[in-house]
Formats: sequence, C-alpha cells, structure tokens
Amino acid sequence: MGASFGRGGATSFLQDLANSDCIVIQGSNMAECHPVGFQWVMEAKKRGAKVIHIDPRFTRTSAVADQHVPLRAGSDIAFLGGIINYILANEKFFREYVVAYTNASTILREDFADVDDLDGVFSGYDPKTATYNSETWAYEGVEDIPAPGDRTPRSDDGSDGGESHESQGERGAGHELGGHGVKLAHSRVRRDDTLQDPLCVFQVLKRHYARYTPEMVQQVCGVDPADFLAVCEAVTENSGRERTTAWVYSVGWTHHTVGVQYIRGSAIIQLLLGNIGRPGGGIMALRGHASIQGSTDIPTLFNLLPGYLPMPKVGEHDTLSGYVDTIRSPEQKGFWSEAESYIVSLLKSYWGEAATADNDFAFDYLPRLTGDHGTYQTVMDMLEDKVEGYFLLGQNPAVGSAHGKMQRLGMAHLKWLVVRDLNMIESATFWKDSPEIETGELRTEDIDTEVFFFPAASHAEKDGTFTQTQRLLQWHHKAVEPPGDCRSELNFFFHLGRKIRERLAGSTEQRDRPLLDLTWDYPVNELGEPSAEAVLREINGQHLTGEKAGQPLTSYTEMKADGSTAGGCWIYTGVYADGVNQAARRKPGQEQEWTALEWGWAWPANRRTLYNRAAADPEGKPWSERKAYVWWDEDQQKWTGHDVADFVADKAPSYRPEAGTPGAKGLAGDDPFIMQADGKAWLYAPEGLLDGPLPTHYEPAESPIRNPMYNQQASPVRQVYPRLDNLQNPSPPEPHADVFPYLFTTYRLTEHHTAGGMSRWLPYLSELQPEFFCEVSPALARERGLTHLGWATIVTARTAIEARVLVTERVVPLRIDGREFHQIGLPYHWGVGSSALVSGDSANDLFGVTLDPNVHIQESKVASCDIRVGRRPTGPGLLSFVEGYRRRAGITVETGNKQRTPESTPVATETQEV
Amino acid sequence: MSRLSGPLHNPATDAGWEDPPPRKGFFTDTSVCIGCKACEVACKEWNDVPEDGLNLLGSSYDNTGALSASTWRHVAFIEQPAKPAANTVSLGMPTTQRPGDTMDASTLTDFRWLMSSDVCKHCTHAACLDVCPTGSLFRTEFGTVVVQDDICNGCGYCVPACPFGVIDRRAGDKNTKNVGIAQKCTLCYDRIGVGETPACAKACPTESIQFGDVDELRERAAARLATLQDQGVSTARLYGESPDDGVGGSGAMFLLLDEPEVYGLPPDPVVTTRDLPDMWKKAALAALGLLAGAAAAFLGGGG
Amino acid sequence: MSEQQAEFRAEKRTDVPEQSTTGVLDEKLQPGAAVESGERTGRRGAGRGGRRGRRRRDEHQMVPDATFTSYYGRPVVKASPWEADIPAYLFLGGLAGGSSLLGAGAQLTGRPVLRKVGRIGALSAITVSFAALVHDLGRPSRFVNMLRVAKPTSPMSVGTWILTMYGPLAGAAGAAELVAPFVDLAPKRLRFSLRLLVKAASPAGLGAALVGPAVASYTGVLLADTATPTWHAARKHLPFVFVGSAAAASGGLGMLLSPPSEAGPARRLALGGAVLELAVEHHMEGGMGITAEPLHTGKPGMLMRASKALTAIGAAGSLLAGRSRLAAAVSGTALLAGSACTRFGIFHAGQASARDPKYTVVPQRERIERGEAAGA
Ligand SMILES: Nc1nc2c(c(=O)[nH]1)N[C@H]1C(S)=C(S)[C@@H](COP(=O)(O)OP(=O)(O)OC[C@H]3O[C@@H](n4cnc5c(=O)[nH]c(N)nc54)[C@H](O)[C@@H]3O)O[C@H]1N2
Ligand SMILES: Nc1nc2c(c(=O)[nH]1)N[C@H]1C(S)=C(S)[C@@H](COP(=O)(O)OP(=O)(O)OC[C@H]3O[C@@H](n4cnc5c(=O)[nH]c(N)nc54)[C@H](O)[C@@H]3O)O[C@H]1N2
Ligand code: SF4
Ligand code: SF4
Ligand code: SF4
Ligand code: SF4
Ligand code: SF4
Ligand SMILES: [Mo]
Repeated sequence: MGASFGRGGATSFLQDLANSDCIVIQGSNMAECHPVGFQWVMEAKKRGAKVIHIDPRFTRTSAVADQHVPLRAGSDIAFLGGIINYILANEKFFREYVVAYTNASTILREDFADVDDLDGVFSGYDPKTATYNSETWAYEGVEDIPAPGDRTPRSDDGSDGGESHESQGERGAGHELGGHGVKLAHSRVRRDDTLQDPLCVFQVLKRHYARYTPEMVQQVCGVDPADFLAVCEAVTENSGRERTTAWVYSVGWTHHTVGVQYIRGSAIIQLLLGNIGRPGGGIMALRGHASIQGSTDIPTLFNLLPGYLPMPKVGEHDTLSGYVDTIRSPEQKGFWSEAESYIVSLLKSYWGEAATADNDFAFDYLPRLTGDHGTYQTVMDMLEDKVEGYFLLGQNPAVGSAHGKMQRLGMAHLKWLVVRDLNMIESATFWKDSPEIETGELRTEDIDTEVFFFPAASHAEKDGTFTQTQRLLQWHHKAVEPPGDCRSELNFFFHLGRKIRERLAGSTEQRDRPLLDLTWDYPVNELGEPSAEAVLREINGQHLTGEKAGQPLTSYTEMKADGSTAGGCWIYTGVYADGVNQAARRKPGQEQEWTALEWGWAWPANRRTLYNRAAADPEGKPWSERKAYVWWDEDQQKWTGHDVADFVADKAPSYRPEAGTPGAKGLAGDDPFIMQADGKAWLYAPEGLLDGPLPTHYEPAESPIRNPMYNQQASPVRQVYPRLDNLQNPSPPEPHADVFPYLFTTYRLTEHHTAGGMSRWLPYLSELQPEFFCEVSPALARERGLTHLGWATIVTARTAIEARVLVTERVVPLRIDGREFHQIGLPYHWGVGSSALVSGDSANDLFGVTLDPNVHIQESKVASCDIRVGRRPTGPGLLSFVEGYRRRAGITVETGNKQRTPESTPVATETQEV
Repeated sequence: MSRLSGPLHNPATDAGWEDPPPRKGFFTDTSVCIGCKACEVACKEWNDVPEDGLNLLGSSYDNTGALSASTWRHVAFIEQPAKPAANTVSLGMPTTQRPGDTMDASTLTDFRWLMSSDVCKHCTHAACLDVCPTGSLFRTEFGTVVVQDDICNGCGYCVPACPFGVIDRRAGDKNTKNVGIAQKCTLCYDRIGVGETPACAKACPTESIQFGDVDELRERAAARLATLQDQGVSTARLYGESPDDGVGGSGAMFLLLDEPEVYGLPPDPVVTTRDLPDMWKKAALAALGLLAGAAAAFLGGGG
Repeated sequence: MSEQQAEFRAEKRTDVPEQSTTGVLDEKLQPGAAVESGERTGRRGAGRGGRRGRRRRDEHQMVPDATFTSYYGRPVVKASPWEADIPAYLFLGGLAGGSSLLGAGAQLTGRPVLRKVGRIGALSAITVSFAALVHDLGRPSRFVNMLRVAKPTSPMSVGTWILTMYGPLAGAAGAAELVAPFVDLAPKRLRFSLRLLVKAASPAGLGAALVGPAVASYTGVLLADTATPTWHAARKHLPFVFVGSAAAASGGLGMLLSPPSEAGPARRLALGGAVLELAVEHHMEGGMGITAEPLHTGKPGMLMRASKALTAIGAAGSLLAGRSRLAAAVSGTALLAGSACTRFGIFHAGQASARDPKYTVVPQRERIERGEAAGA
C-alpha cells in the first residue's frame, strides 16, 4: 500500500463499504473474522451491491456472497494479473483518472528488463546475494539511487510472527513516510499523457500482463474461465464515474513470501478503475487484533519509533542531523520534510529537560540497531544462546507463530521468560507439556528457563485506546477492577521502570542516564494504576515554551525542531486537541453525517478516507453526483465535503508549483497522493520494494506445482533460512516434490481467537468448536481413505500432526493441467498444553520459516504436505516417522532453499546489471 | 379456559392480562445469517446457561446439535447444492455419481451453506404451557411463554408436549444450576421488561435476528419475502408467521430458504391440546365402559 | 431402495442419528459416507431428502420406503425424559382402578375374598404407582406444586386431582381390609377409630370404584396429549386400550388370588378386557400409518408381541379357569404380565417414535400433500 499510495493501511473505512456497488473479498474471511464490520457488506448487499468472495475454501463469507470463486492458495497474483490484462485489453480503465492521478504516463529507463525477458526475474537481479539493484527500474532521467538495502528500513516483524503481517502496511507506510520516494520533483518527470510511448508505465504494464490470459489463470489458479470472466465483468461494470468497487483483503494475502505484491496487484486494479480515494471504493485492509494498527503506529516493531520514524542504526545515524537527512531530502515533496520537528518533539517527550539543543536533544540516548531483531531471527538467536531473557505480552508464539517447534525449543534456551497473559497459555507451560516433552526432544529437568507468569488485566479492566483497521482511535473505559493480581501493561511497565530507576538512583554511569533522565512522572491512583489519559496527553504533545506553554498541540504542523514542543507520536497529535480526549467521543451515528467524524478520532487529522482529493476530477468537481465526497468550493476557495480533505485545505485544483519546490508546497492542485514524492499513485513502483516494480506470479516457497509462467519457481528474493532445524519440502523442478502432493492453508474460525488464549479457556466458545480438525473434499477423502470424524495425520518436513476429519464439499478439488488438485484446510487455533479446556495439535508446527523480503512475514498461509488416514505416532516414534518422509523426499538443508531456479541464470541477467 | 387452537390476536389477553403491551417476538431472517453464533453465546452469557458439552458432532460447523435445556439459541448449518439436479427422485438406486466427482469451480456456485438460528417459538397456543400441571410455565404480558424456576417440579410433561422439541429438563449433577427442572428461552423476560432488546438479537451483527412487536414483524417478514422473491430467490418462504397454522402462529417467525425439516423444524406443527377435548370425551367413554363392563361382569350370572 | 437397504436404514436411524442423516437433499452424500463404500448406500438412504421422494406403500414391507429430509437425523420433537417409573405407574394405576371395581362388586355381591383381593390390590397398586410418579419428578420435593392449580388442559393436573380423590378412598377401603382381623386385638384407645375405619370401608370402596375407571383411562390421554408421534396418533384409541388392559390385569389379579368359586366376575372382566384391548389395538394400529412402525420394531415391538400373546393366553385361560385353580393362576399371571407389557410397549414405542425424525416429518408431509395441513 505504501509503495502504491504513500501510506500503509486501509485507504477507506468500514462504514464506507455500504456505498460500494461491488465488493470483492479476496484473502479475507470477513464474515467469520470481522463479523461486526461485515454488517456494512450486508448493508451494501441490501442496497443491491454484488459481493464476490475469492477464497480457496467456501466459508461463511462465501455463504452470503453472490459469487464464490475457489482458487489455489498462493496463486492470487495470477488472478489479479488476469483482471489487469482484461481491463487493459478491453479498454475498461478510467482514462481521465489514470492519466491525471497515476504514474501511467511516466516514462521509464529503456534499460529496464521485465521478467519475460529474463526467465522470471527483473533486471538488476544478483543471484549471489539473491537481491535486486533497482536502479534500472527507475523513471527516466532519475539518478543517484542508493542501493535498496540502505534505503529500505529493515522493518522486520517486530511484534511477532503473527503480527508481522500487520507491519506490512506500516512498513510500507513507514517506508514511504520515511521519505524514500524518488528524490525528484515530479515536474521534471517525462510524461506521455497519450499513454502511447512504449516506455511509459502504461505500455510496460500492458506488456507485462499480456500473458495473464483466462487460460493462464485457469492453469495457475485452477479457476474456471467462466467464473473468472464473471468477476472481471462485475468489477469493471461497477467502476467508473458513477460506480465504485471496493477490494477487501486481510491475512489471506499477507502471509505469503510475495504478500506485498498481492496487495500491489489489487492497488493496480483499483487505480486503473479509478476506485481509490472515492466513496465505496478503496482497498480495505482488515487488521487483526483490536489495536494492531495502534501497535504499529506506536510500534511494537523493533525497527520503528512512534509515527514511523525509523529506529537509528549503528554507523548510519550517529548524529541527529545525519539521521534526519537520511529520512528526508531537502527538495523532497510531501509532509515528511518536517521530519526534524517530529523526532525532536519525540525526544523532548522522552527526556524533557535533559534533551537540549546542545546534546542533539539526547539523540544519543536512543539505542542503535545492529541488525535484524525480528521474531524469527530472535528465536534463532535464542537457539544460539545469544538471548538471555524474553518478555511475552499478549502473545502466544508456542502456538501462534510459524514453526512452533523452533519457537518452543528457542524459549527452552532462555535464562528467564516473562509471560503476561489472561490465561496459562502454552508459551508459559511449554517446559512441562509441549510436544517436545512427549517426543523426548526436551526434558523438563534439563530446561533452565525461569518462567515468570503475570496475570494480565483485560481490556475491560483498564482504560486505554484501541486503534483499529481504519486508523480510528477509540477510548475504552475500565468497566471493572481487574481481579486478584491482574494488572494492566501500563501498570506493569510504569512500576518496572520506577523500580529500575530506584535501583540505579545515584549511579554516575553514563549508560544509566537514558533511564534516569526519562520523564517518568505519570499520576497514579490509589491502586497504583497510572493514568492512561496522562499518557495519551503526552502522546498528543504540548507547547513547552511561549505563552501557550503547557497547552496541548492541536496538529503536528505546530511541532517545532527547536525543542519548544514535545510530542510522543506526531501522527497522533490532535487526539488531545483543546485538552479534550477526542478518542472518547461517542456521538451516535444517527446524530451525524454517515462518515461519523465525531466518533472517536482518526489519524491523520481525523480523516476517514485517504487520498480523498481523488474523489473529485482534476478541476475539483465530483466525478459524479452519485459519488460526490470531497470537492473544491469555488466561493469559499477551499475543499469541502463529507470528510476532512486529505489535501491542503485551500490549495486550488489549478495551483502549479515552481519547478522543484520542496515540501508540501511542491504538490500541484491535482496531486492527490500527497505522501508520494511525485504526488501520483504508483501503478509501477520505480523503487521502494525489494522484490520488483510489478507484481508477477511466483509459486509459494513450498508447492507441488511447477510455475507455468517461467523457470523461476518461487520468489527469487524470498528470505530463506537453510538450517537443519528448518528443512523445506522439495518443490519442482526439484525431485520428489510428489512426496508432498497437496497444499494446505490455515485460517480462523469465528468461534476461536488466534492461538486460543482468549477462547480455548472459555466454555461458551470451546463448546462451539471443541476439536482441531482438517477440512477435506469428498474426493480427497476417497483418495486417501479418510472418513468423516475419523483421524488424519498431516505431514511436512518439519513434523506431523493429527486432526479429526471433516469431509465437506466446501472444499473442492481444483482442475489444474487437467488433473484433480487437492487443498486441505486447517484452522490454527489449537495447541498442545495442559491448562486449556480444549487442546489439540497446532497447525503452525507444520510450517518452516521462509519470509517475504520486504516485511519479513512468514509464509503461513500455504505450504505443501501429505495427508494419511489415522493418528500420528506418539513419543520418539513421531520423529522417526517424519525422518522417514525426509528420506523418501531426499531432503537436505539445500532443498527448497535455492532462490534462483534454475541455478544457472541466463548470462543476459549478469550483463544487464551495472 | 383459554382457547386451545386457531387464530388469536393476543394470547396475553386470552391469558387474562388487562390491556397488555403489544405482543413481542422475533423475526429471524436466515437469508442474512452468517453463522457467527454470537446469539448462542450472548444468550448463555446473559442467562447464565451452563456449557452443553464439548463434542465435535461433524454436522458441518454445528457442534451444539439442537435446542436443549442448556442451549436456548441454536444455529443450524446445512451444506447442500442449491439447485438439485433434475433426476433426484428417490428410486432407491444408489446413484453412481459421487460428490467431488463433478464438484469443480463451475458447479460449485450451485453450492449452498444454509445457516439458521433457532429458538423457542413462543407459540400462540403453547402446548408446553397448556400441559404444565404446576403452572410453572406461564404466559407473560408480552405474550411470551416463560418457566418459573422456583415452581417447576420437573414433571417433564412439557418436554414431549412441545411440537418443536424446544423445552427440556436440565440434567446434570446436583450442583448444576436449575438441574431437574424445565428450561428454555424466556425471550429475555428480564430485559424486555425494562425496554431492553433480548441478548441474542442485540448481539446479532447482521440483523438476522429482529426483535419487536409481532404484528410489525409479520409485515417486515412479508416485505422481506417479497424482496427476495423479486430477486429471484424462489426457495424463500416464511415459517411460523401464519396465525392459521397448527399453533396459531408463533411469536418467533422465520424466513427460510428450504423446507422446514431441512433445518430440523416440523413442516406442519400442531399444538397437541387442539385435540384434547376429543381425547377427554374418549377417556370418559372408556371409563364409563369399564364401569359398565365391571357391572356386567357381576350381573352376568354364573358362579 | 431395496428392502434390505431399507432395513439397514431402519437400524441406522435408531442408534446414532448424528451419523445417519444429513439435513440435505437426495443426491447429497453426507460426509463420511464418502469413503465407507460398504455403508454408503445405506447411509445414502438415510440421508435422502424426501419431498421429491416416491413413497412406496407395501403391506408386507416392515419399513415402508418413506424417504424424507431431516437435520442430520436428529429428532424434531423431544422424547419425554420419563423412565420406567411412568409405564409402571400406568400399569399399576390401571390395576388399581380395575381392582377397586372388583372389590366394590364383590362387596355388593357378597364375595368376601374377591373383595379383599380387590381392595388390598388397589391399595398396594396405587401406593406403589404414586411412589413411582413422585420418584420420576426432576424435583420430587416439589410434588405438592402439582396442587397449586387445577388445569383441564393438563392431563397430568387432571390426573393428579383424580388421584387425590381416588387415593384416600382406595386407601381407606384397603386399609380396612388389612386391619379388620386385628380390630379386637388392638389397644382400647385405637379400637374406636379402627371400627370407624372398617365402617367407612364400604362407602370408601364404592367411591373408589366410581373414580377407579377414571384412573385407568386418563392415562391414555396423558400420553396422547403430546407431540410424541406414536402416542398422539393413537389418541382416539389409547383410553380404550388402557381400560381394556386395566380390566384384564385386575381380572387376572382376581383370578390369581381368589377361589374360582368367587372369581367368576373377575374371569368375565378379564376376558372382556382382554378382548377389548386386543380388538382396539388392532384397529388402532391399522389407522396409525407409519407411526405404528415403532409398535412392531425393536424392543417395543417385542413387548407388544409379548403383550398380545400373554393377553390372548390369559383370555383363553380364563375360559377354563372356572374349573382349574391352576389354569386360573396361570392365565391370571399371564394377564397381569400382558397388561404390563402393553403399557411398557406403548411407552417405549412412543419414546422411539420421538427419537426418529421420520415419524414426525413423514406424517406431517403426508398431511400437507393431502392438503390437510393444520396451516392449510
Ligand atoms: N473470530 C475471529 N476473528 C478474528 C481473529 C480470530 O482469531 N477469530 N483474528 C483476528 C486477526 S489477528 C486477524 S489478522 C484477522 C485475520 O482475518 P482473515 O485474514 O480474514 O482470517 P484468516 O482466516 O486467517 O484468512 C482468511 C482467508 O484467507 C484464505 N486464504 C488462505 N490462503 C489464501 C490465498 O493464497 N489466497 C486467498 N485469496 N485466500 C487465501 C483462507 O481460506 C481464509 O478463508 O482476523 C481477526 N479477527
Ligand atoms: N498458521 C498461521 N499462523 C498464524 C496466523 C495464521 O493465519 N495462520 N495468523 C497470524 C496472526 S495474523 C496473528 S495476529 C497471530 C496471533 O498470534 P499470537 O498473538 O501469538 O496469539 P494470540 O492468541 O493472539 O495471543 C494474544 C494473547 O494475549 C492475551 N491477552 C489478551 N488481552 C491481553 C491484555 O490486555 N494483556 C495481556 N498481557 N495479554 C492479553 C490473550 O490471552 C492471548 O493469549 O497469529 C499468527 N499466526
Ligand atoms: S470481536 Fe471485536 S473486533 Fe472482532 S468483530 Fe467482534 S467486535 Fe469486532
Ligand atoms: S415452542 Fe415449544 S416450548 Fe416454545 S412455546 Fe411453543 S410449545 Fe412451548
Ligand atoms: S417440567 Fe416444569 S415446566 Fe414442565 S410441565 Fe412440568 S412443571 Fe411445568
Ligand atoms: S431471547 Fe434471551 S433467552 Fe431467548 S434466546 Fe434470546 S437471549 Fe436467549
Ligand atoms: S448472531 Fe445473527 S448472524 Fe450470527 S449466527 Fe446468530 S443469527 Fe446468525
Ligand atoms: Mo492478526
């Protein structure tokens, strides 16, 4: 998203779905996973909208959709590419919109080479490092591009294997906000508004997707051409001036080695059809945990500071000015040019008085990154005893993260582990009841890890905010006091900090300054609970000097780089404007406009739909009355409408900047994508992504199917971890791929929550889905002799798990190359432990670790496997059973870990590189 | 004695309430149900209904099975092809074609997954209430049917009497709440009494469960049916809304997408007490017959 | 569907319904059956959706090929939570009612032994049956709540009140018989009241005889006034079957315990009762359609067959019993046993009919197809 539009996260908001004429839900099981938000889809349906669900399985979403299209897990780019091809070949795109608001007409360098020329890689691929140099992807006449490595913040999934997908959007956002757009005022970009130039983005797009024919879609996705064309017609007929189509995705798309490119694919479609920034349009990225957006805005990601400021790196960011320079370039367009004010205000809010102009506002107090500290890297470091202690707060990696065995073995290497949770989850009891204890890989008496369990207060037992899918902050008030020893996170960390500071009091050590100088003065109530509102106030920021001293800031534009303002997260500034907790606003929907601007508070600046300038034509008039949203009011000379304009409020559509004007002023009156360096949305991403400027189909890291597009099987830049404890199933062209002839996918059930900590301990939920099961088609059941309600064993190179069998026609065999192809469905909510009401084998134990290079998300939505009737062996028998499979498949550490297939890359590529 | 069958505008009046409030009930529109079971959970939370067993039933996503003493809302899941092939008359021949064989993308769009949230019907003529010997079951001012936990003695008569198989006697050990007595949906008597919406309807995200005045709900149901039929959903039908049906119409009516029995509902439910007067006549006759027979046995001479 | 498949289905249904049917249409093979080729056809049959199903009516076929749709073979109506207590209560109630008649008749026609047998039989039968009734409650301690209301719409309420009338009368009459021999031995203080009791015996016995028949016949309504298919379908006949059975039982008791010289009326009552029961039963089953099935199959089928045989034997025996004490004893016992089997048979047939959706759905479907739906 960031790469396409400039900001990560959903471009619109849930209520707006009701305005759609067509809703495509792909890579999300919205009805089951977002039932409350789904009411707006049902509302749209009541108003006559067509609802399409594209999913490997027939789910509760499909049940109420007008059309369900079953496709092979991991094949969406081919499907989306097919739609793009249909749009371009049949001239169905929204020309005015495309020409005015996207980079379709921009001319590219002529030395850019596409995948079809290079057998599956773009120009600039280096087979030795398995990375790209994106120089040749750039706009014509653009020079001095640093190598991607240093330009792209290493945004590993900080929070956990699970949330990693969440970091995706923000990663993009952090990245774009991070100001890594093309360092060039777009007035100097060469364009061909007739879209005829063979080197213009439009023509490149056309050539790239020409091969994505309905037949190719059928061969890759197993989708019937009739079904595919029905989708093409539905979305094109429901787009244009009068109508809009919305695309909804969630983690069915992000948990892939090419997940970012899936989303790029839908972005290209939505831009070609003119559906971005307009009511009923957009790309609705559905976030997960109630405050997942929040945990990336004010990140639980190791590589970001609040507001997507990158975490400084050793060597690269030794001084404040050096740091700021790498974030924004002086001539850069867009709002990031004020970066210095944001970081200085942040430092002031951290270290107050101690942060002065003389000491770079204590910039040196910030820790520096020395490398990758993402979940999976950290777990591997644990295995090497490089990590002593671990805090698990609201996370259950023993069940929730890919390669559960690696997670559990890793934790067994820790000296100490702190788990704060509502229940005694598997991650807190692995030392006595994990599957490895059963197999003998772990022996309780050998584990030195000291586990501290702290009962946590739930959201109903504490004040605070949720920042959900649509960047909306909503305040929740404490309903009841937490029972017994349960305490809030705020309480835990405040007092932890207090105690540490007491210990260090009087220390003269320089290294203790950052802790001792922290502003750690939150008011606490009689129970010792710090005030959450005081924290929100600090995040919002305030004036420190002048007559306004002590007053809250109203907007980040008030932030100063001279230390006269403090603010904990620049994008949240305004949430406490006028000393009022804006997030606590609860004006009922019926009492205000449908955009409900007075419910809670959304960043940025309480906008609900991003890039909404695009809802009006270049002259500022609504594209159509039916779809009027934000428009230019000639009389008042300002932008008005149903939402806060995502644009400089009084910048006329006709405004044209001086060539090369930096900052926000550099944007013209018809540049709706204000976070983009060139003000346009990117059909083609000249840079910013590590795996290519255009989405192109690659097979999942593990797949029994040969990539029909070119010899390159899977993503040539996916992150692999060739280790004995991370073996991969073979995929063609490697031999023995047929030992694991099926694909399986994992997902959620309405009745449970993720790793189960909030559902498997509750009788009312557990009774609704009491047992771990696998879903198979009657045809596969016959093929493997599986019986309904019987047992099945599912095997990968990592391990084997057992599940009860549900034979159902909701799972259908696909026809690929004329032969029947089977997929298996596995909900991932169960885990092996002793404390939950219901437990079972964990689907995550089947996965290995292979990541997307951009955002380091594990591929936990698809992998190959075998399935056989009956229960798995227990105890050490399980290990030899799996070993048998490895032998049959001839698996070595190299298997499945060669990024470039075939190894011998055409000489052409080498010479392409400079 | 109140009417035993036939149309009845407000059973509350019939039960002797002085100008009661409008009759309350449900319209459950199964065409928008997403099977989230929020209704089941909300009901249990609000009414403190015990857990009903941790068993995988293998009936699609339904692991609850049926309404019971400890399940007052039950969401049914039915997987079926929407357009049955023409030659489906049962001739007893096991057909050779098996599902999956033809199940590919092109036929899948025919596949249907029906979901429907069932509940006590709060019948206009409630057999459970009629046969209750203790008066524990009673008709509320809202025209609903409710068990009084403190009066029920667990005779169990209401259980076989209900033509919908709703009410049941709660089993369990002696610490189980209300064990041994009959339990079922109260239509949240405590909530609607204070103007609140029943917990299940409140929790339903898609307005599949609509709570309100029965008269108004009947109109809504009819309107919704018309809309769907205009949209070509020929299988849509209403259930329980007709005052002329065997229970005089129910307080909880449904919009179904297939025959009632597909959802486990009786196709033509009849309140058993409709035939009670006749049964009493027969019983009296039989009793007299026995008396006469005995007399004859003694008068009929001989040793 | 072939006969043996139909048979197969019949078994399938009764055991674990969960597996036997899916709530889906004809050609839909429910999960699981997919791979159990051996069972497939049978399971399929079970799964058949029925409204398009052709219904073959074949007299000689045990299980008519009635295809129908259900929700995973789960019951539509609920079987009563009652256990053995209730059929026992039905049997003993009938026995008591009939015995009171014998007692009263004997009292009026001067048959002292038969009178004793009748009165004491009634007393013991009603005592045990009452105990059974209370024992079956979910909350026995709350039996008295039965007396909160008198509801003509509730056969159980009506029954309770009948019992509260009958109980004391039969009790007094029976008690009198028990104490009579000992009155003079009793301590002075008691003597007066005991004499009073003995005096009260006659009116009490007559009273009990007047209420007794109601005790025997209301239980037919008790069962019939439910949604349990087999019971409700038998509503027109059950009271007659039950009084017949009651007469046969009490007559049997009389034959068993009183000398042939006095047992004449008992024999005639037994014979009449037995004939009535068998005749009405036959007629009843003819008119019940598919809901008669449970009366022929499984455990209830066995009980019903036994009841008919025993009752027939007893009836025949009663013709000889006049002369041979042995014959009297044998046929008396047979009649008692037969009556018990009738009650247990009909009770269990009803329970079975409630547990199988077929017996709820098919008749209602037929009603609709005949345009006789209550709703139509
Ligand atoms: N009830 C409930 N709600 C939840 C959660 C929960 O645990 N329980 N979790 C919350 C969280 S943390 C999150 S992140 C969200 C996740 O929300 P979703 O992403 O909607 O949930 P999933 O079920 O993980 O995946 C969605 C669908 O992706 C499909 N899928 C798998 N692989 C592919 C593919 O390659 N292509 C396509 N097109 N589809 C594919 C799966 O079949 C599945 O139906 O849900 C949130 N809401
Ligand atoms: N195979 C596969 N794996 C996946 C996914 C998938 O789709 N397929 N999805 C991924 C996704 S999107 C996610 S989000 C992850 C989720 O994976 P995890 O986050 O590891 O698992 P959760 O169960 O969500 O952990 C949340 C825990 O927080 C606890 N909790 C709730 N409230 C509080 C609180 O206020 N304070 C504290 N301290 N604890 C609290 C809960 O009890 C629960 O145990 O799983 C990921 N893993
Ligand atoms: S669980 Fe919470 S976040 Fe998820 S749908 Fe329900 S209300 Fe929304
Ligand atoms: S549905 Fe059954 S329980 Fe509910 S009111 Fe009607 S008869 Fe009574
Ligand atoms: S079980 Fe309770 S509610 Fe049901 S009939 Fe008996 S007394 Fe009435
Ligand atoms: S109305 Fe109340 S009691 Fe009845 S089902 Fe709904 S929540 Fe449960
Ligand atoms: S809450 Fe509503 S949508 Fe969810 S299952 Fe119940 S009725 Fe269906
Ligand atoms: Mo998530």
